[in-house]
Amino acid sequence: MLRFITRRTFGAVVTLVIIAAVTFFLFFAVPADPARLACGKVCPPELLEQARHNLGLDQPLFAQFVSWLSGIFVGRDYEGLGHCSAPCLGYSFVNKAPVLGTILDRLPLTISLTIGAAVIFFIFGVATGIIAALRQGKALDKIASVSSLIGASVQIYFVGTLALYFLVYQNHILRQPKYVPFTENPLSWAAGLLLPWIVLALIFTANYTRMTRSTMVEQLGEDYVRTARAKGMSARSVVMRFALRGTLTPIVTILGIDLGALIGGAIITETTFGLQGVGQLSIRAVTSSDLPMLMATVLVAAGAIVVFNIIVDIMYAFIDPRVRLS
Amino acid sequence: MSTPFLSVRDLTVDFHTEDGVVHAVNGLSFDVEKGTTLGIVGESGSGKSVTNLTVLGLHNPENTTISGEIRLDGDELIGASRSSMEKLRGNKVAMIFQDPLTSLSPYHTIGKQIGEVYRKHKGASRAEARDRAIEMLTRVGIPQPKTRVDDYPHQFSGGMRQRAMIAMALVCDPDLLIADEPTTALDVTVQAQILDLLKNLQDEMGTSIILITHDLGVVANTAHDVLVMYAGRAVERGTVKEVLHEPRHPYTWGLLGSMPRLSSAVDVPLLPVRGTPPSLLNVPPGCPFHPRCDYVKLAGPELCRSERPELSPHRGHGDACYLTLAQKREIHK
Ligand SMILES: Nc1ncnc2c1ncn2[C@@H]1O[C@H](COP(=O)(O)OP(=O)(O)O)[C@@H](O)[C@H]1O
Ligand SMILES: [Mg+2]
Repeated sequence: MLRFITRRTFGAVVTLVIIAAVTFFLFFAVPADPARLACGKVCPPELLEQARHNLGLDQPLFAQFVSWLSGIFVGRDYEGLGHCSAPCLGYSFVNKAPVLGTILDRLPLTISLTIGAAVIFFIFGVATGIIAALRQGKALDKIASVSSLIGASVQIYFVGTLALYFLVYQNHILRQPKYVPFTENPLSWAAGLLLPWIVLALIFTANYTRMTRSTMVEQLGEDYVRTARAKGMSARSVVMRFALRGTLTPIVTILGIDLGALIGGAIITETTFGLQGVGQLSIRAVTSSDLPMLMATVLVAAGAIVVFNIIVDIMYAFIDPRVRLS
Repeated sequence: MSTPFLSVRDLTVDFHTEDGVVHAVNGLSFDVEKGTTLGIVGESGSGKSVTNLTVLGLHNPENTTISGEIRLDGDELIGASRSSMEKLRGNKVAMIFQDPLTSLSPYHTIGKQIGEVYRKHKGASRAEARDRAIEMLTRVGIPQPKTRVDDYPHQFSGGMRQRAMIAMALVCDPDLLIADEPTTALDVTVQAQILDLLKNLQDEMGTSIILITHDLGVVANTAHDVLVMYAGRAVERGTVKEVLHEPRHPYTWGLLGSMPRLSSAVDVPLLPVRGTPPSLLNVPPGCPFHPRCDYVKLAGPELCRSERPELSPHRGHGDACYLTLAQKREIHK
């Protein structure tokens, strides 16, 4: 098991370095001059040269990438700007500070938003999916399949805006989304994120219901489930202890993909609800041509996807001994 | 004659499907005596599995209509409560299936799968159940049972898996064991071992066995009585000796013909069963076998095509065919 995790982690690091390289060369091919930004509006040529040198922009592109990459592991000194300790993801000319601090400030919001919603839609989705599978063709089954179609065809900003309008501005049922750190006050943390959680759950739950239902129906027809019934296991234990195991495997895979996509694509959710997370940060980085910041946010998004992939693989191994022991 | 341990009378099982009603079992009757083995043979799709799943009440009641009688040790099973059926399964009546790989849970250890039956029915503790699982693995001939008990099915070979399956089925000392093609998925040498194992366990514990197979060789070696099924009905019934050595139904002749090993031994002419089994959505009227039968003319086409023959005589060696006994003897020999 440990070897399995080590191997996957090593693969993930390699993936991330490749992603970093691609984004690095892509962004630095963009005709924006970070040195000019760093130097300020009125910038005499000597100062511009100085800024360029300080930021290492006078180096060849490849050397720049190497120093950027090594900065992540050992930190980096920016002449005239100070030290950026490891892991140094770069220096923001706009904020005049290493990018990592800003990102770490914003990340808890994005993670709370995503994980909170995921817990809700995973539990509800799987639970309703099981019920639908056990009541094939009945009302709940039909409601689930219709609502999953609706869920699949609406967008976060559409539902989110409607929800904001009706639930917050018109009727004051919920409060305006707002982030309070969990460590500060868990209740306000949950209350502040409740609306986006509900909206995300509305959109995602039905998909989990549908997937759980169809996989569960399949599993209930499997030979080993029949064996469980043939040896006198109660209906409840047949479903919860036998069929559910096989059902969860594909569902967990999708959950990993969704989580990665939600963190990576936090832009839409955060914009809809006016929350200042990593997604908003990346938008600001784009509009202010803050390339190091933009790169770092891209890397965080990619990192989220990779990390959730590993978590999925580990969960897979937990659920299915055939994966664990092969 | 004492009352048989299992007695099935006029069993009918219909599945309501999108395509129509599948008449999977149609007026089937048979008995299993205590401590004996009944072999049920027939081509694939003749209703063997459906019949036996019905004994355990494993069909989905939503789309299945069942009528008739299934008496086990005097108790009626059709319409019995869910909890009484749950108490019966794995305890008084156990079942083993064709493919031990797909029939065992890939998510639980062998020991756990065996032990949980014991815990469920005998109220044993975890530790007792584990000891019992090891004991059962020893009994079915798994080497190093103390370590193998913690293995998962995919770590076992095919033959070992079927042994584990048998251990699981016998863990509560059932009175009746239903083995649904237990050796079909295994290679020939392992087949023989598994059948020997079943036989030995039966001698030891006095279990009644229903052995479903489409291999008459298997029946010849292990069963006491035989039931030949066709299109959800019994077409011939008798002791192994009667049915295999003096077969009376044209379908049985066909089956024996398609069994070279046995046919040479008992010297029946080679008569492969031509044609295909009927659709159970639309079973032909009269004798269901008549479209494939070579003797319709001899037996009387009118009768064969319109009236369903009953199994006769009522006890002992019986078959469902309009040919006279003399004709049957004449043809077969
Ligand atoms: N749950 C079901 N729904 C509809 N048809 C079924 C079902 N189970 C079995 N059948 C049909 O009943 C017939 C008999 O099947 P089965 O008893 O499995 O045959 P076999 O003699 O090979 O064991 C087959 O035609 C099969 O398609
Ligand atoms: Mg079968």
